Amino acid sequence: MAQTLYDKIWDNHVVYSDESSDLSLLYIDRHYVHEVTSPQAFDGLRINKRSVRRPDLTFATVDHNVPTTNRSLPIVDQISSLQIKTLENNCKEFGIRLFDIHDKYQGIVHVIGPELGLTLPGSTIVCGDSHTSTHGAFGSLAFGIGTSEVEHVLATQCLWLKKSKNFEIVLNGGLKQKHPISSKDVILNIIRKIGTSGGSGSVIEYKGNYISSLSMEKRMTICNMSIEAGARAGLVVPDDVTFEYLRGRVFSPKSELFDQQVDNWKDLRSDNGAQYDKTFSIDIDNLAPQVTWGTNPAMTIDVDSAIPSPDEYSMGNDDEKKSAIKALEYMNLKPGLPITDISVDRVFIGSCTNARLEDLIEASNAVKGKKVSSNVKAMVVPGSQQVKIAAEKLGLDKIFINAGFEWREPGCSMCLGMNPDILQAGERCASTSNRNFEGRQGTGGRTHLVSPLMAAAAAIAGKFVDVREWV
Amino acid sequence: MLENGSKFDLLQIKITGVIMEPFKNLTSKVVPLDIANIDTDQIIPKQFLKLLGKTGYGEYLFFNWRYDNQGTPLENFVLNSPLYSGRQILLTRENFGIGSSREHAVWALKDYGFKVILGVSFADIFYNNCFKNGILVIKMDKNIIEDFFTTTINENFEIDLIRQQVRINSKAFGFDIDPTLKSYLVNGLDEISKTLELASHIKKYEDKNKVSVESKSMI
Repeated sequence: MAQTLYDKIWDNHVVYSDESSDLSLLYIDRHYVHEVTSPQAFDGLRINKRSVRRPDLTFATVDHNVPTTNRSLPIVDQISSLQIKTLENNCKEFGIRLFDIHDKYQGIVHVIGPELGLTLPGSTIVCGDSHTSTHGAFGSLAFGIGTSEVEHVLATQCLWLKKSKNFEIVLNGGLKQKHPISSKDVILNIIRKIGTSGGSGSVIEYKGNYISSLSMEKRMTICNMSIEAGARAGLVVPDDVTFEYLRGRVFSPKSELFDQQVDNWKDLRSDNGAQYDKTFSIDIDNLAPQVTWGTNPAMTIDVDSAIPSPDEYSMGNDDEKKSAIKALEYMNLKPGLPITDISVDRVFIGSCTNARLEDLIEASNAVKGKKVSSNVKAMVVPGSQQVKIAAEKLGLDKIFINAGFEWREPGCSMCLGMNPDILQAGERCASTSNRNFEGRQGTGGRTHLVSPLMAAAAAIAGKFVDVREWV
Repeated sequence: MLENGSKFDLLQIKITGVIMEPFKNLTSKVVPLDIANIDTDQIIPKQFLKLLGKTGYGEYLFFNWRYDNQGTPLENFVLNSPLYSGRQILLTRENFGIGSSREHAVWALKDYGFKVILGVSFADIFYNNCFKNGILVIKMDKNIIEDFFTTTINENFEIDLIRQQVRINSKAFGFDIDPTLKSYLVNGLDEISKTLELASHIKKYEDKNKVSVESKSMI
């Protein structure tokens, strides 16, 4: 029977299935660990006198909690410091490789996995973090898990899973646009159209000439936010772009083994005639830059339009209408207000969605030779030490610093504000991150999700601008 | 085991909460949380994810909706209404638990005293996390949930996991649940122990896929 890529990866990893249940035991090839969702899992191992089955397939880094200021200074927040120290101790005790706060490979777990060549096509990859969907850009089945599951994978290198549905999203066009749009605009537009539960219970495979035309970094942005559409995983068929990205990375298989692997990886594609439970397609041509106006990522609108009324947004769904009313109140916005009339107080360029080198280059294009608006506080937080080093080689740090941006050390930072980088109540932020939930970037803070180019332009203009007319 | 108060048991609960008690049928009224698309950032905000245990999160549940910035309880939030105190069932709408995978959200609901969550639909990761912690999640049709919100908020809900029924007065509403998840709840099973019994299958998989697995080994 014709199979999808997801079906194939699933079948390749089944260790055991039980007729009486929908659940199968799947082998996990790669386990990424960070400081926030792991301490209780390691405690569980200790209490039950269990070991880590495959420390050699497990990698840890610190990202959620770490300050983005000078790394030679001690961490002021004692609770964060303890959590970071706890991960160090756990990795030492259980023999796990840790990229600690001073490591040249430290960074956001979903940035460093790919850039170190740890994320490989056809693998199963998990992490106690919902944005693990990022790694699906390589044709790997990658998804976020809870702490109990982290403990289960540490102890057994396996997980009990119910097979998801196959969801195909076809992205056409976008190649001959006058104004190139960001892949962030594309994924925001998808979420806007299918909703935050549109992908629930499904693995999304992104297809079409648009996705094939993208670099790995741009594909990662799309897969990263699959979870915001409710899908645990996103997938892109690996191709030459994927293989060339991985060739020669620090931990990629070497020379002959790499070529052998590429031969195997070339078989990782959905068969002709494979059946999908759901199909959705969008045309990228003429897509406008996207801006979120509410408190979930489906509350998104074109930059050249106005805040919708709750009725326009909800289209007859009472629950959604109530959500929209609540969101407008929280965001302090009125229906009818043009997006380009909304001024911002803060700009955040960073996160596992948009803190890779290409994102920073995209943002720098709007900044070169300009100054950040006097009403705006703006910061750039590279996704990893390696991204930071590469960006500095290109002189991007100087472009941002000269314009008035802060240039920080790598971490999750203001995407979720677990470190000191937070919004104050009432502050409005143009952010390249992935969630605009209430209080996400700081209690009372108001988040608008946008692409790196849109965020950078907002920093300069002090308000949202349509970058198609502006750059 | 939990009642004897020995130091060892208390320590276990505090640090890990690994003891999965079997789910017992219960009767309770519901706490109506009439909002759709609730994300886990609302259930437990980021600042509480720095803690290292599995317990003690209950007082921070729905923190930003429950308290003002001085820490004073907000009167209009359901958890602060004396009418609803002590109720063990959370009634919600569609798409509950979206966003972050943080299991702290489930630990907070459990620590607060919720044993059952009843709604139209749930985010995948959140749904799994609940069952790992002994919380029963029940999905029901939108019109039935609507009915509960409008007419039965102050009725007793009898939750019968074995028969997969919610009974209100004499009316029974059936629900679906995966048989494996059900058996975990009914027996309070530790999933890891069950998997470790399959160690020979795991070894066999690793041997059969040696090239693929070893090519990813990094030590």
